[in-house]
Amino acid sequence: MSVPLEHDYIGLSSEAVPSMEGSERSSSGGLNLNLKATELRLGLPGSESPGRDNGVGVLKSLLVVSGAKRGFSDAIDGGSGKWVFSGNGGSEAELGKGGNLFSPRSVNGGGKGGGCECNNQNTGLGSPVLKDGVVPPPSPKPLQEKKPQLSAPAAKAQVVGWPPIRSFRKNSMATHSPKNDDDAEGKSGSGCLYVKVSMDGAPYLRKVDLKTYGSYMELSSALEKMFSCFTIGQCSSHGVPSRDGLNESRLMDLLSGSEYVLTYEDKDGDWMLVGDVPWEMFTESCKRLRIMKSSEAIGLAPRAMEKCKNRN
Amino acid sequence: MDFSLPTEPMNHKRKNPDPSPDSDESTTQLSSPFPDEVLERVLSLLNSRKDRNSVSLVCKDWYDAERWSRTHVFIGNCYSVSPEILTRRFPNIRSVTLKGKPRFSDFDLVPPKWGAYVHSWLLVFATKYHFLEELRLKRMTVSDENLKLLALSFPNFKALSLLSCDGFSTDGLASITTHCKNLTELDIQENDIDDKSGKWLSCFPENFMSLEVLNFANLNSDVNFEALERLVSRCKSLKVLKVNENMTLEQLHRLLVLAPHLRELGTGSLLQELTPRQHSELKSAFNNCKNLNMLSGFYEVTSIFLPVLYPACTSLTFLNLSYAALRSDELSNLLVHCPLLQRLWVLDSVEDEGLEAVGSNCPLLEELRVFPASDPFEDEILHGVTEAGFLAVSYGCKKLHYVLYFCRQMTNAAVATIVQNCPDFTHFRLCIMNPRQPDYQTNEPMDEAFGAVVKTCTKLRRLAVSGLLTDLTFEYIGKYANNLETLSVAFAGSSDRGMECVLKGCPKLRKLEIRDCPFGNAALLSSFRKYESMRSLWMSGCKVTMDGCRLLAQEMPRLNVEVIRECGNDGFQADKLYVYRSVAGPRKDAPSFVLTL
Repeated sequence: MSVPLEHDYIGLSSEAVPSMEGSERSSSGGLNLNLKATELRLGLPGSESPGRDNGVGVLKSLLVVSGAKRGFSDAIDGGSGKWVFSGNGGSEAELGKGGNLFSPRSVNGGGKGGGCECNNQNTGLGSPVLKDGVVPPPSPKPLQEKKPQLSAPAAKAQVVGWPPIRSFRKNSMATHSPKNDDDAEGKSGSGCLYVKVSMDGAPYLRKVDLKTYGSYMELSSALEKMFSCFTIGQCSSHGVPSRDGLNESRLMDLLSGSEYVLTYEDKDGDWMLVGDVPWEMFTESCKRLRIMKSSEAIGLAPRAMEKCKNRN
Repeated sequence: MDFSLPTEPMNHKRKNPDPSPDSDESTTQLSSPFPDEVLERVLSLLNSRKDRNSVSLVCKDWYDAERWSRTHVFIGNCYSVSPEILTRRFPNIRSVTLKGKPRFSDFDLVPPKWGAYVHSWLLVFATKYHFLEELRLKRMTVSDENLKLLALSFPNFKALSLLSCDGFSTDGLASITTHCKNLTELDIQENDIDDKSGKWLSCFPENFMSLEVLNFANLNSDVNFEALERLVSRCKSLKVLKVNENMTLEQLHRLLVLAPHLRELGTGSLLQELTPRQHSELKSAFNNCKNLNMLSGFYEVTSIFLPVLYPACTSLTFLNLSYAALRSDELSNLLVHCPLLQRLWVLDSVEDEGLEAVGSNCPLLEELRVFPASDPFEDEILHGVTEAGFLAVSYGCKKLHYVLYFCRQMTNAAVATIVQNCPDFTHFRLCIMNPRQPDYQTNEPMDEAFGAVVKTCTKLRRLAVSGLLTDLTFEYIGKYANNLETLSVAFAGSSDRGMECVLKGCPKLRKLEIRDCPFGNAALLSSFRKYESMRSLWMSGCKVTMDGCRLLAQEMPRLNVEVIRECGNDGFQADKLYVYRSVAGPRKDAPSFVLTL
């Protein structure tokens, strides 16, 4: 049965989806379209891509996410057991979940467009649900050629009001994240300090409870487990070196030594490098965390130092 | 609207109860064989809204008797009628239920300050319904001043229920608890409330004893526990107590000891560690609760705690675990003790295995709701539930008729089997969380799934569809869903034809809410007369234009055709359309971003 018309509604004609064989539809450009669509761009999906009317912008971000996810999952050794794909394991199944597919108008409140069709092509797996850290083998796709760089907030173009859960319940989900295996029983209900952790290139955020860690080192190793492919660098191993925080040379070591750095947004809304204030002060002022590519973080260092100096 | 209103409200005076021989024309007219007061007495026993509507249409006498004898009124859309019209027709109302905003406001699709103010209603009620006892509001905007007015205007006021409302703070609640001497019910659920403090609870007077229902589960501020304890010990008729998550197990224990007669209990957060003695004390306290029908709360719960509940579960008919991320084994162990369960709400953390346990242990189950445990767009991907879980439940629970199911994958075959197992569905709400996701096994649209639902489940009243759907789904719905009253559609359909099919069929359709579908003016205007037989139509993110809406407004003057204009809108598309019938005319309180055409 040929795929019906609704694919065109959001301009996401199926020929553009890479793993579709494309035989059922008249293709225009086929794979070429895909490659073009995977060109990296910053900013909201669809904001500057040509052929916006075809929803290629949406497609582009979709594919970019897919690529990111694939690349990302490759880095996971499955040790934590958490990166399990439900559904049939096809990455396409996750595309929708990535939530990056939806046109910016949706963000402004129920505008047009909105999802992407999800072609679950990898039906080689008979059982629908994968368990225990089994990561489906990545299938070769042209998308993986470029590892995308998504600025964290802009990448999450979600659909407003979807899935249809009352805000109250959604907020409760935000504060009570589901139990995981390393849930420590000693945590009383009083005072959790959940902050979101995003990582450049990762399709979803995580949340951590800062109160469950006592030092930068604990936080670092926990995040390392979670995201598996970044290092906080020398910061964690030194803890807090002095009252003045890290000195410049240490920061430089940090930045040059690793691919990613850990940054946080403080109460003033500034993005700072993690590690330059005592731990308690950090937990009090940290609003959210972001694992940033070190190349992007270069600009942070001087500000961090200045802020440190100003504090003293 | 739930009561049928003729186009001109009849304004008959109360007939003389003792018709004397030289009385007026009434005796010469064909009148009811009963004296009015007998008829009224008889009709006062009628509670069903539908019956009352029918009764009021029989003849003028019956219309009158019905309106004088009605004590409870339900208004499904607060803008469909005005408080003046209401109070003119029904002079003896004691209980009012009012619903305001369109349902999609729950999902942030309606901008703030849209309306649904209870204020104008309360002003009129304060003068006309002096003996008002109950007020139940859903999706209305309520202010602290409104609550104060409420508390001071009705000396007999007994029951206040606020669900999904906004605009007030805990100060408003304090007015209620301070002044309502006869309060029996205070039910505050899922509101957008300015939660300043828990002082409102301490405002109950020390001699206050009448409370039967207290639900503050969704309020976060701490209440004074001693005040609560005293309240519970005084209120011997307390049947429903739902505390917030700040209550500790120790406090819960003390409350249970004071109120073993509770029918419904909402616990707090259950994370604390218990000594063995505390454990057995709590277990025995639960054991003494012989009347417990419903359990809810469970914010944060550990496996260690759950066995404490087991003795209380034997008579349980409703278990709400939708704030507790239980694992499948934890749920399974719990359900073994709940053989009489009729309603179950869970998070999808229980996974398919947990649902298998539901199928095995709960043969009397009638309602199942499975919510996602985490925001699928934000958090790590959990397994969630699949078609397998739903199937398992359908095999074991033959009485199932209400389902709300959030899942990440589904197949046509599974749904077809499910409705074969359970053909009595009245409410079938399936949410495949990826918009436009096809049958993951066949890669086909989910048309046949919903086709099976509407063909098999002849009693279906409410349907929510999802997944990849073509117009065929809507052809099925229009053709087969003869009892359907509410239809929710998102990211579905191929063309105008889909919506047209629904509007041409579905004779009992009352509420149609659509978002992000390719339905345009042709669909909107295809059966525009139908909208007068419906409560409301919502369309957002579709292809309707302002011109189409204007045309509809022109053709149907008794409909309110409202467009919510968002900034950045070009003035051509009608991004959010809300159409509803009304005898009150266009809104007088519409904000600037709501255009009434």
